[in-house]
This record gives sequence, C-alpha cells and structure tokens, in this order.
Amino acid sequence: MTTIQQIEGENEQHPDVALIERVRAGDISAYDTLVRKYERQIFRIAQHITQNREDAEDVMQDAFLKAYEKLDQFQGNSKFYTWLVRIAVNESLMRLRKRRTGKMVSIDEDLETEEGTVPRDLADWAPDPEQNYTQSELGDILEKTIKGLPPGFKVVFELRDVQGLSTEDTAEALGLSVPAVKSRLLRARLQLRERLSRYFKRKAGSKELASTEMRPAK
Amino acid sequence: MTCTEFLAILDDLIDDSVAAQTRAEVELHLKKCGHCEVIFNTTRKTIEIYRCHEIYEMPEDLRDRLHAAIMARCKNGC
Repeated sequence: MTTIQQIEGENEQHPDVALIERVRAGDISAYDTLVRKYERQIFRIAQHITQNREDAEDVMQDAFLKAYEKLDQFQGNSKFYTWLVRIAVNESLMRLRKRRTGKMVSIDEDLETEEGTVPRDLADWAPDPEQNYTQSELGDILEKTIKGLPPGFKVVFELRDVQGLSTEDTAEALGLSVPAVKSRLLRARLQLRERLSRYFKRKAGSKELASTEMRPAK
Repeated sequence: MTCTEFLAILDDLIDDSVAAQTRAEVELHLKKCGHCEVIFNTTRKTIEIYRCHEIYEMPEDLRDRLHAAIMARCKNGC
C-alpha cells in the first residue's frame, strides 16, 4: 500500500492523511467523515460553475465517487481537498459543456471583458448596507451578482475569499499558475464590488432620511 | 503612490501581505485620495458580505439524501 507522504515543510500531518489511510485499509466510515467534511464546499463550487441545481447535485455525487474510486492514485503530494476540488471542477466543466452542446469550456479561458478592472462606481456605501435587506433579499442579490462572473473568477473567489484557501492551494486545485489566480481574484473582487455598488451605495440625503423613514421589515 | 499603483497592490493589502513601508505609503495615499479609500473599504466589505452570507447552501434534506446516495454506492463498489 502506498504510504502518503507528509507535505513538505509541514511539521504536523494534515488530519485528512489519517482518514485516507483508514479508507485505504477498508474503513468506509473514514470516507463518510471526509464526505461530511467537504460536501457543502464541493456543492457550492459545482453550483458556481454549472449554475444548475440538478447538475450541481450530480457533480457533487460524481466527484466524491470518483475520488473514492481513484484514492489509490492520490499520492499525497498535495492536500486531499485540493485534489478533490480539481475533480469537482472537471466534472462541473464537463456538465457545462454538455449543456452548451459541446462548446469548449475551460476554467482558464481568456476573457475579453474589462468590466470591473477599472473601478467606475466610486460612490461610498451606506454603513452595513446588507442590513437594509432581508436575508432572502440579500441572498438573491449576492447570487445574482456573482452569477454574471466567468466561471474561473467565481471559483477563485469562492476558494480564496469564502473558503479561505491559500493562493497556492487554489492554484493547485484549479490547475492555474499563482499569477493567474491572483489576476482572477482581483478582477472577481472588483467586479463584485462594482455590481454590488448599485444596491449598497449610500443614497443621497440618506442620513436625513434614516431618521424619518421606517426600514423595510426583515 | 499613484492610484494605479494602489490598485495594483489592492489584493495584497486586503490579504494583509504588504511590507510595512508599502503599508505606510498606502495609508498616506488613502488620506489624500477619497476614491481609493472608497474602493478599499467597499472591496473589503464585498468580501466580508460574501464570507458571512454563504450562498448556495445545501438544505439538510438534500445534504442527507446526497450523502446517503454517495455512501451507498461506495459500499457497493461504486
């Protein structure tokens, strides 16, 4: 049985290493633990790319099943989660390609839009602007806003800013270079900022209005 | 520091990975440039909102159903 190597430079073994060794030894409950640990994150990644709930459900299942089948091929020179994300991203892109009837889709495709790279909306935001919306309204705004970004931007933003992966792990997971991850992250952040501005910018005279108008019911 | 230079290091600034001297130059620039200060604050706020309000959450019943399906297939040899 292949011994998983410790990741160079780390003094402590990643907790997933022990779980993977148990799975390889035939303990399926260890894989149950791994699935529970990462299923929500993988589902979100699949949703970001496929933009289709049913496809995201299928991708999630397929990604975990493929990872289980190929666990012997996982050599431990990267983290299990980044390897799992790579599988999920590939599955998601295949689904997207099927829906687009064979049109090639790639996470690193060049993008012609320059939207958001030069900030145009320079209006300041109201303090805690998200509190002016109900949870449901906010969720709709956030989903609608990020939906318009290219898949590569969305996934980089999700992994780096929402899930907290490092730039290096994100690059590993997506098969991108570190500069490519950084470039996409900046553009994603600026595009999201630009789009959210229309909802969150401080309205003219809002300080005066806030004292006299009722806030929407939450 | 120019606005273009500020924009080039915005990501590192937000990720708190700039050298002390660069940070001092940034703070000086932000004191003079209201536009860059707005961009900095609203970009940070954007990340904070997305981080705190997770979209595409899985309802519990969906999570349980998919989890059960995955484990069943793993037990049966996929």
